[in-house]
Amino acid sequence: MGEMEQLRKEAESLKDEITAARKAVNDASLQDTVSGTAVVGRVQLKTRKTLRGHLAKIYAMHWSTDSKLCVSASQDGKLIVWDSHTTNKVNAIPLKSSWVMTCAYAPSGNMVACGGLDNMCSIYNLKAKDGNVKVMRELAAHTGYLSCCRFLSDSEIITSSGDCTCVLWDIETGTQKTVFAGHLGDCMSLAVSPDFKTFISGACDSTAKLWDIREGQCRQTFGGHESDINAIAFFPNGNAVITGSDDATCKLYDLRADQELITYQDSSIMCGVTSIAPSLSGRLILAGYDDFNCNIWDSLKSERVGVLAGHDNRVSCIGVTADGMACCTGSWDSFLKIWN
Amino acid sequence: MSSNSNLTSMRRIVEQLKFEANVERIKVSQAAAELQQYCLQNASKDALLVGVPTGSNPFRDPRSCALL
Repeated sequence: MGEMEQLRKEAESLKDEITAARKAVNDASLQDTVSGTAVVGRVQLKTRKTLRGHLAKIYAMHWSTDSKLCVSASQDGKLIVWDSHTTNKVNAIPLKSSWVMTCAYAPSGNMVACGGLDNMCSIYNLKAKDGNVKVMRELAAHTGYLSCCRFLSDSEIITSSGDCTCVLWDIETGTQKTVFAGHLGDCMSLAVSPDFKTFISGACDSTAKLWDIREGQCRQTFGGHESDINAIAFFPNGNAVITGSDDATCKLYDLRADQELITYQDSSIMCGVTSIAPSLSGRLILAGYDDFNCNIWDSLKSERVGVLAGHDNRVSCIGVTADGMACCTGSWDSFLKIWN
Repeated sequence: MSSNSNLTSMRRIVEQLKFEANVERIKVSQAAAELQQYCLQNASKDALLVGVPTGSNPFRDPRSCALL
């Protein structure tokens, strides 16, 4: 037997080993465990603010850690930093490339980043001494579109790309520190763990991968989705991951049990999930869909307990504030809405 | 040569699978119970779940009062 054939057999046997090991700890379902808990009552959130100003589809939004400011990116070629309490625009940043697909707010509030079909991640300094917001760094090395980016700090950022890799960058030097390779399809989304030690990525190969940031290693791979994973987020305690996919379902994977615990689906939902965010306690999962709505799921009971209906086009992005007070939806209808 | 790079890729895939196979796993019952516990313990702080009193909602303008 050639080495290639031997390796193929070894790979298959390892995959079987993983399946068996997951089954061995599968002693009870999440449904069994929560059978004594009642479903959450109907959740009815109202639009409190509408952020108007973009002139084209909004592709991404991200809250600042202060739970007040947020940044949005639109294919009108602008990044807008909003004060969500007053609806005032704090900054309107014109972009070199209007084909933006993602944006991020640094935890410090000092910077924002964005990227898209230009294959680059551009970092903007919001606190320049002369008051003008300008490009601080252009991180270029990806050979595919930038689908998502998240700051670890003012000096490091992680990006995911259509070139199937994720990269950890040193912002000072503009260089790649670590390349996270392993996905077999475009990486669509990423999320950093609450302790900043790991991150998860969702890709068009229908899998989610958990990566150790410092070791540069993929620790775990989660399958089960039948199509592209478009959105991914950590459960607030960092021990589970929620995903949203083109297969019209969301899933919750527990990291320590190394397997899927629950699928959030309904036969009446036939369109893809574009965005996902947990509420502060993790009990609610808010997911944006291609059918212009956002569904609110009881994460433990897997029942739909609410709907955010108010956009006239696809909900492309969603985010819950760090203090859990509100959620923001961004849409192809060019508006952002704040709900609570 | 492409056959060499295929071999290298395959070796890497097998190494990665070995690593993932060796992950320590806890029982689903324990994982599920801890997820539930986290949700229940933090429920009261979850504004989207329990609601926000109008007066303390930063996204709602306070109603004006009529002074008699």
